[in-house]
Amino acid sequence: MEHFVDIQGLSFQRNDRFIFHDINMMIPEGKVTAIMGPSGSGKTTLLRLIGKQLEPSKGSITVAGKPLSTLNHDALYQLRKKMGMLFQTGGLFTHLDVFENVAFPLREHTTLSESMIHTLVLLKLEMVGLRSAGHLMPAELSGGMARRVSLARAIALDPDLILYDEPLTGQDPISMGVLLKLIRTLNDALGLTSIIVSHDVKEVLDIADLVYIIADTRIIAEGTPAILKQNNNPMLRQFMDGLPDGPVPFHYPGCSLMDDLMKEEA
Amino acid sequence: MINQIAALGRFGINIVRHYGRAGMMLFQVIYYRPSFRKGFPLLLQQIYAEGVLSLIIIIVSGAFIGMVVALQGYHTLSKFGASQQLGPLVALSVARELGPVVTALLFAGRAGSALAAEIGLMKATDQLSSMEMMAVDPVRRVIAPRFWAGCISMPILTIIFDTVAIYGAFWLGVHWLGMDSGSFWSNMQSAVDFRLDIVNGIIKSMVFGVAITWIALHQGYDAIPTSAGIANATTRTVVYSSLAVLGLDFILTAMMIGAW
Amino acid sequence: MLQTKKTEIGVGLFLLAALAGLIFLSMQVSGLTSIFQRPGYTITADFDDIGQLKIRGSVKIGGVTIGQVSSIAIDPVTYKAVVTLRIDNNVEDIPDDSSASILTAGLLGDNYVAITPLYSKTFFHNGGHIQDTHSAMILEKLIGQFLFSINHGKTDKGNAK
Repeated sequence: MEHFVDIQGLSFQRNDRFIFHDINMMIPEGKVTAIMGPSGSGKTTLLRLIGKQLEPSKGSITVAGKPLSTLNHDALYQLRKKMGMLFQTGGLFTHLDVFENVAFPLREHTTLSESMIHTLVLLKLEMVGLRSAGHLMPAELSGGMARRVSLARAIALDPDLILYDEPLTGQDPISMGVLLKLIRTLNDALGLTSIIVSHDVKEVLDIADLVYIIADTRIIAEGTPAILKQNNNPMLRQFMDGLPDGPVPFHYPGCSLMDDLMKEEA
Repeated sequence: MINQIAALGRFGINIVRHYGRAGMMLFQVIYYRPSFRKGFPLLLQQIYAEGVLSLIIIIVSGAFIGMVVALQGYHTLSKFGASQQLGPLVALSVARELGPVVTALLFAGRAGSALAAEIGLMKATDQLSSMEMMAVDPVRRVIAPRFWAGCISMPILTIIFDTVAIYGAFWLGVHWLGMDSGSFWSNMQSAVDFRLDIVNGIIKSMVFGVAITWIALHQGYDAIPTSAGIANATTRTVVYSSLAVLGLDFILTAMMIGAW
Repeated sequence: MLQTKKTEIGVGLFLLAALAGLIFLSMQVSGLTSIFQRPGYTITADFDDIGQLKIRGSVKIGGVTIGQVSSIAIDPVTYKAVVTLRIDNNVEDIPDDSSASILTAGLLGDNYVAITPLYSKTFFHNGGHIQDTHSAMILEKLIGQFLFSINHGKTDKGNAK
């Protein structure tokens, strides 16, 4: 099996704090890979590293056979044309309507005629079920619709890789179901490689082929959803079953409450 | 003690980084020339947003400043029996100083703050990131047209300000203070030199335009993507660019005054 | 499309306004007429002292501007200042025995050349020369003469004692 994204010995630190410490990850081509972990475990950071919006402190990332660290500006932008990214907030251009948002990458990167762009945009919007919403402005869309528009825009250039950053957060069950179905069908229909970053465990496990669980700067578990359900690692169990306290502490690390109170008095 | 030295060092490094990023941005803007087909409509749109939409405030302030200078000048000049020197007084003070400086301050408040807020908000809502991931360089697509539009709009606004202010002074002098319009213009023409006074004023305004748009764009682009961060960036844009305008004005005047 | 059109029209008008402003500033404000000179003819006049007279200073008859100073030079033989005046074409009947004097506009104003017409029936033409000139009044010289005359008077009295 071909690995579309290959991460070797990756470390990333912000100020003096490690976000990742020496992690290895292989994303197989044509599959849906989920990267899960508690909030603040750096999942979004990982996506930005794959898109080279951030530089790793150590280690290497290879996307489509190209090591990111060797790419210059133009080569990077060539590679990014093959990537689509769905942002947590949608990242739609607020001054353009839905149609123009989806048309944006086509207008920027191709010299297609106006009627050709029109056809392509309608097809992409049809895929996400919003063909009739082309005239709306982003401010008029619900959160779920905005993400679907953003998805249509991400696939406008027919990329090989789509990165989903928390696609399900803050969605009601219906739009969650719609998005999950879209992610799966797009992946299969267009032969994409998908990476989903999320902490909605149950929903994502349903559609993922492969799962990585990140916590505390390293990967604590990897494998297919079936394997993970059997794993007995306490940290993994806490995360998958949603227990409030456990190896991932409820309290933000610091000194004990007693010490804090004494400090106040002193 | 060591900690304090470290804090000082960190402060210094942060400052250098900050200016480094600002310099890099300016370099990229100037280095990457946009293609005419895509770049021109964007530039036009930005000239509209920064220049045309600033016109009203520029025209109104220009008219009032011209009239006030005329009124004040007339009051003082007439004490020396030199009221026919009103034309030169108004024209020189407007063309050399008031035109470029007041336009720049208004531009910083009107267009500069809007630029910083717009870019900051685009950053906060991931619009810039998503553009990057669509393989569109935001520096080229978003920053560069705004920069050039600012550089083009500032001198134009200054010319319009100068014109309106001088005309305002003329109107007030002739129709209110009862001066002779012929001597108003002829005294002005004999005192004002096109290259030394008017062109120098326009050169000043070009420098101010570069400074203001650069500061505004950098503040927006480098803003912390939160509401407080954007508010900060907007405030800083107005404060820094006003100070930069006044400081640069002094330097440029000192450089130009040798020729006067 | 409509939006684009509006933007284009707006920017077009903006640039036109700038152009109009620039023309106004160059022509009306700074009198940059060297490129588009109004038709006129020149006459010269020699002065002993031109004071603060400058190029583009105005030339007036009875307070009305009829032209401007187009050049100032020094005559290497007589050491007089040779001032060339450019007179507008519509003022063509200046008697050739007229006198020219350098006056000051108000107490502190600029110097200008005032031409006082006399009664000759022949008129100046291009390249004419004004014979009768009066130099600028220099305030310092006047004061100097005044002080000198006072001092002189005092010492005279002292001698008489």
